[in-house]
Amino acid sequence: MSAANASSINGSPDTGVAPTAIAVEHIVKRYGDFEAVKDVSFSVAEGEIFGLLGPNGAGKSTLIRMMTTLIPVTAGKAIVGGHDVSKDPDDVRRTIGVIPQALTSDQDLTVEENLSIYAKLYSVPRAQREKNITAVLEAVDLSKWRKAQTKTLSGGMRRRLEIARGLVHNPRIFFLDEPTTGLDPVSRIAVWEMLNNLKATRNLTMLITTHYMEEADKLCDRIAIVDHGKLVALGTPVELKNSVAGANVVEVHFDRGDDAWQGRLEKMEGVASVHPEGSGFYRVITKSGSKTTMEIVELAASLGERLTSLSVQNTTLDDVFIHYTGRQLRDEQVKPVNFAMPPRPGMQP
Amino acid sequence: MNRMMAIVEREMRKFFRSPMLMIMALMMPILQLVIIGNAFGGKIVGTHVAVVDYDHGPQAVKVREAFDAVAVNIRTFSTIEYNSEVQAREDVRTGKIDAAVIIPAQYSRRVYAQDAPKLGFVVDNSDLFTSSALEAEMQSLVDAMNAPQVQDRLAKTIALEVVELYPYVNYLKYLLPMTVALAMYISVMIGGGMLYIDDKARGVHEGYLVTPITKLELVFGLNIAGAIKAVLSGICLTVIGSLIAGLGIVFHPIIMMQMLCLIVAGSIAFNGMMFLLMVRVDDPLVPRAMFGVLNVLLLYPSGAMYPAASFPKWMQAIGVVDPFTYVIHGFKAVLLKDGGWVAIWYDLLFLVVFGIGTLLIATPLFKRTL
Repeated sequence: MSAANASSINGSPDTGVAPTAIAVEHIVKRYGDFEAVKDVSFSVAEGEIFGLLGPNGAGKSTLIRMMTTLIPVTAGKAIVGGHDVSKDPDDVRRTIGVIPQALTSDQDLTVEENLSIYAKLYSVPRAQREKNITAVLEAVDLSKWRKAQTKTLSGGMRRRLEIARGLVHNPRIFFLDEPTTGLDPVSRIAVWEMLNNLKATRNLTMLITTHYMEEADKLCDRIAIVDHGKLVALGTPVELKNSVAGANVVEVHFDRGDDAWQGRLEKMEGVASVHPEGSGFYRVITKSGSKTTMEIVELAASLGERLTSLSVQNTTLDDVFIHYTGRQLRDEQVKPVNFAMPPRPGMQP
Repeated sequence: MNRMMAIVEREMRKFFRSPMLMIMALMMPILQLVIIGNAFGGKIVGTHVAVVDYDHGPQAVKVREAFDAVAVNIRTFSTIEYNSEVQAREDVRTGKIDAAVIIPAQYSRRVYAQDAPKLGFVVDNSDLFTSSALEAEMQSLVDAMNAPQVQDRLAKTIALEVVELYPYVNYLKYLLPMTVALAMYISVMIGGGMLYIDDKARGVHEGYLVTPITKLELVFGLNIAGAIKAVLSGICLTVIGSLIAGLGIVFHPIIMMQMLCLIVAGSIAFNGMMFLLMVRVDDPLVPRAMFGVLNVLLLYPSGAMYPAASFPKWMQAIGVVDPFTYVIHGFKAVLLKDGGWVAIWYDLLFLVVFGIGTLLIATPLFKRTL
């Protein structure tokens, strides 16, 4: 299903006259009988940060690998920087910079040597090479570590080195496959800031895959939600959130897990949907968070029900993901564990 | 060209940044040379032979004097006096001694009477090396005692006149060609086998594949780097091994040039073979599993330690296509025989053709995509 068919949101960028940097048309990838990517279409405007959001195994990496010429396309077409990935792979490779998911810089080499070797692989002339290395090291704030061996760098610094390596030949289009996976929150935010700076200073087009909602929300101009190889929704973060009925999410945890609360909550005014999450915990999508909150508190008080917790949030991409796929993104990563403390000796049941 | 050299540069920088790897790649073959060279010293010495003398006559004394001469000169064995033949046999059987000589009663009388005198020799033939050496030594002693006291001016019997073309080759020298070849092979196995597949598994190659480098540049870059590592390994082993084995000939300029040509050709051949074996492998355990087996499979049929002519036909067939055969033959021809270019041209030709041939087969098999 193409993005245009997947939702009411348009698959093309709404960026006025900005030319297209990446155009993917009905692209398919099959491994035997298994279809990893199913008829996906979208386009990315120049200077845009475009996110492919989805759980592990959704087909994000397969998509990015087809666009970066790493795996052949089964059917459909991908034009990157004006070149067809199937017909002119070398021209595509000259246009793009790629940061793979794994940290692949040589640990035995210094930061500078890693960059120099990649600059040579991209045939950057000797005179330009030195300037580019200095510039990218400055951009990723690694100038001080120029002569350091890569194995002495922290995970976040190594990720920054990978980004510098992808930029050393001044590409127009930058592909980043899960650039912050495995990083601590502080390093993750540093990478986001750096990517935003790069976008501003180098007018780069970026395509990022991620399974972090927050990352997609904060970093991307537009997001495509991918699930089971299909593109299920595409738009700006605001458009995607607005596409879900209800503006707020109320999370409420009742002391007693009474099933009747599902019906009670659904009957409340302005409530669009209720998602029970077990043990008396409900996510309520509503048009008015404050009004629904008041109603819940009053109803609980009248029924003698105690609330363990109650919170109101704006609609998040998590809600968008649930809306389009029927499940939570985090369900794919961590399964909840039911654990009950054994009673202490002598304690009354 | 520059992109290819970038791959070579990366590989060489990594190689020189891993001193432990370099040391292990060089030290192991040297250790092998020293240990095997000394373990198989070429001559059996220090064995123990019981002498049971029931005669005590002048001819028995003559036999024992001959034994004493062996014990203090070539030291193949030393003798121990026994009174009982039964005890001597039992001790040979239980391994306390290696052999026993029985000088029977009336031995001296029979010698003088030329009445078929005999010496008994009990030997533990479960140990082929020791028993062969002792039998040969005893036979030469008996031949010497049979020789007439006064020789004819003109010999009437046929004599074999042995001319040794080369100075004495001890086992250290004999094993040096194999050791150098083995060091080159280990270097290729680690650099072209294990590290290549490890890099693939870690995603390093994915980094290359998104650059505009061509398939040929990538294949040749990886192989040139692998061959350079093997050449460095071969040169180091040739120099260090020659010093250990006492082969000064290696420092002669012509010999050096011949050895260098053989090392380069051998490195190309080993590297081509390894690249062909690994070109479609993704699992890092595969080269590790192959390491020991391939080593034996290729080294022994080459005739490195034992003459290939005595092998069964199928082993000889492996030897014909085995680069070890030609590398070791070439090294022996140069280091041990000073055979000149005429002795090694075919080895050089085979190795270069083999290396290029395997690379030509491997290149189309190399996947430019994941």
